[in-house]
Amino acid sequence: MSRVGDSPLSLKIKEHVRAYLFLLPALALLSVFVIYPIAGTISISLRSEEGFTLGNYIAVVTERSPTKALIISENLGGAPPWGALLHNAVWILVHVPATTALGLVLAYMLTHVYGRSVVKSLIFVSMVIPMVVGGLIIRFIFDGQVGVIPRLMGGLGLEDLARTWTAYPETSLASLIIGSIWLWLGFSLTIHSAAVDNIPRSYIEAARIDGASELQIFRYIVVPAVWPATLTVAVMTLLWDLKIFDIVYAATQGGPGGSSTVLAYVMWLYFARALDYGKAAATAVILTILTLVAAAYLVRRSLGVEKR
Amino acid sequence: MRLKHVLRPAVIISNLVAWLVALLWLLPFVGLFMTSTRPFEEVVLQGWWSLAGNYTLANYVEVLTDPQYDLATGFKNSFIVALPSTLAPLLIAALAAYAFSRFSFTMRNLLFVTILVIMAIPQQTMVIPLFFLLKSMGLLDQLLGVILIHSSWGIAWITFFMRNYFSMLPRDVEEAARVDGASYATIFFRIILPLSLPALAAAAAIQFTWVWADFFFALIFLYSPENMVITQKVVTIKGQYQIDWGLLSAGSILAMIPPVLVYAALQKYYLRGMAGWVTGKG
Repeated sequence: MSRVGDSPLSLKIKEHVRAYLFLLPALALLSVFVIYPIAGTISISLRSEEGFTLGNYIAVVTERSPTKALIISENLGGAPPWGALLHNAVWILVHVPATTALGLVLAYMLTHVYGRSVVKSLIFVSMVIPMVVGGLIIRFIFDGQVGVIPRLMGGLGLEDLARTWTAYPETSLASLIIGSIWLWLGFSLTIHSAAVDNIPRSYIEAARIDGASELQIFRYIVVPAVWPATLTVAVMTLLWDLKIFDIVYAATQGGPGGSSTVLAYVMWLYFARALDYGKAAATAVILTILTLVAAAYLVRRSLGVEKR
Repeated sequence: MRLKHVLRPAVIISNLVAWLVALLWLLPFVGLFMTSTRPFEEVVLQGWWSLAGNYTLANYVEVLTDPQYDLATGFKNSFIVALPSTLAPLLIAALAAYAFSRFSFTMRNLLFVTILVIMAIPQQTMVIPLFFLLKSMGLLDQLLGVILIHSSWGIAWITFFMRNYFSMLPRDVEEAARVDGASYATIFFRIILPLSLPALAAAAAIQFTWVWADFFFALIFLYSPENMVITQKVVTIKGQYQIDWGLLSAGSILAMIPPVLVYAALQKYYLRGMAGWVTGKG
């Protein structure tokens, strides 16, 4: 780090130079390996033989083959495939509320629990393992031969569910979504639990002395107090559900017959299997736009923390 | 705790539910472990929940050493990738975070928003140009290429994370050092970094876990068997005629041991880091 010393240079310029010296390595790597590729993907997505077009986007959105389609409206009444985009949407609609709510309720329950830090640690383990292993474990618990859930369903007389869930279009997407609740609860619980711990004990004690029930305390004190954390958990979970790939690759490869495919998986199919870089880039940009819409909330909030 | 408190229905129900969920959440790991330590034919016949039978490490030995699976190589490659991809961005991002938290400079806000946006961008948006960039640099299917990409990718979130932490550090020590004539580089390396060890430990634990867990970058940029990382190796495990869950479960457990150990060792930092990272409070 070069030291400018007390030269007559204006202090202001010196501060800028100093700041950029500290920033230099980060900016260099980010420019070459992150920002340039992002710009490149946008450019590739808009290019075709005829020059700049939206052709790739139109082709991707109107694609009809079940393994690559984003939306298959004609299947909507029945079993998947419904199209990758709709699979992501269903995933979000089930997974985000389930994980968020379960984490919130458990976080408050934990204030009563003996060995609560052990409970938290155990539930968090599934957050730490590689997501491909998470995908393999989902296939394992839903496996017709060795899995617990099909065995359980067989015991209950539900023969349709007493087989390998990931191998049938009716159940493959459902098994992944249920499995993802298992994978991500630890995150929701950890964030909510930290927020619950920040509620002054006196609020809850006072309410209890005034005769409030546990449900009332939860509803009128805990939920409002931790709400910012709840929104953060919901948005983060939503972002993960949009970008989901590893689990799908490891558990079902998007199958059978495209019944559990998702946006990121379709992108990979275009890139690695079809070698169609234009369509792969267009799919990636669609995924990015959706992600940024959701992330805008987190960015605004981070800047809000900044200003306070 | 008083007995009256212990016997309240809310307390009883909470304990029951919480411990039930904890055990339920652990169950897949128990199943995986039981399956990995038994011959697969036995598991199929009796179910992994049956305790009787033969216990063996044969599955582990086979996935590690059989050239068809070769998890030992995957293990080695994952470490070669994950260690530098944890340390390099940690230092580079800490430098940048210090600039963000202490200096005012042109485009400060623009750069900071850029970093926040990068944190949300999917990996899918970068890989196509990166594929051709690495190819032209001769780094395709090389661990070094993946290290460069992971390091760059990690800089964004670690900068955000460390900036939040630096902003909370008291400034009087730094000002005293300034008065004594210390340079900013000295202050950064001698005062700021040592004061930030808890945050650095948290960032290192989380970054290591993420790089170790990465599958997508590896899938795109590494393709020869001798260069694959463990996440790639483990999904290729299959039996000869059907899925051999004995091998697959042994491979899965091996692949998750390092991040689970890091988590167990640095749990306090890890969880606090996770919470601080999203609430912006370091």
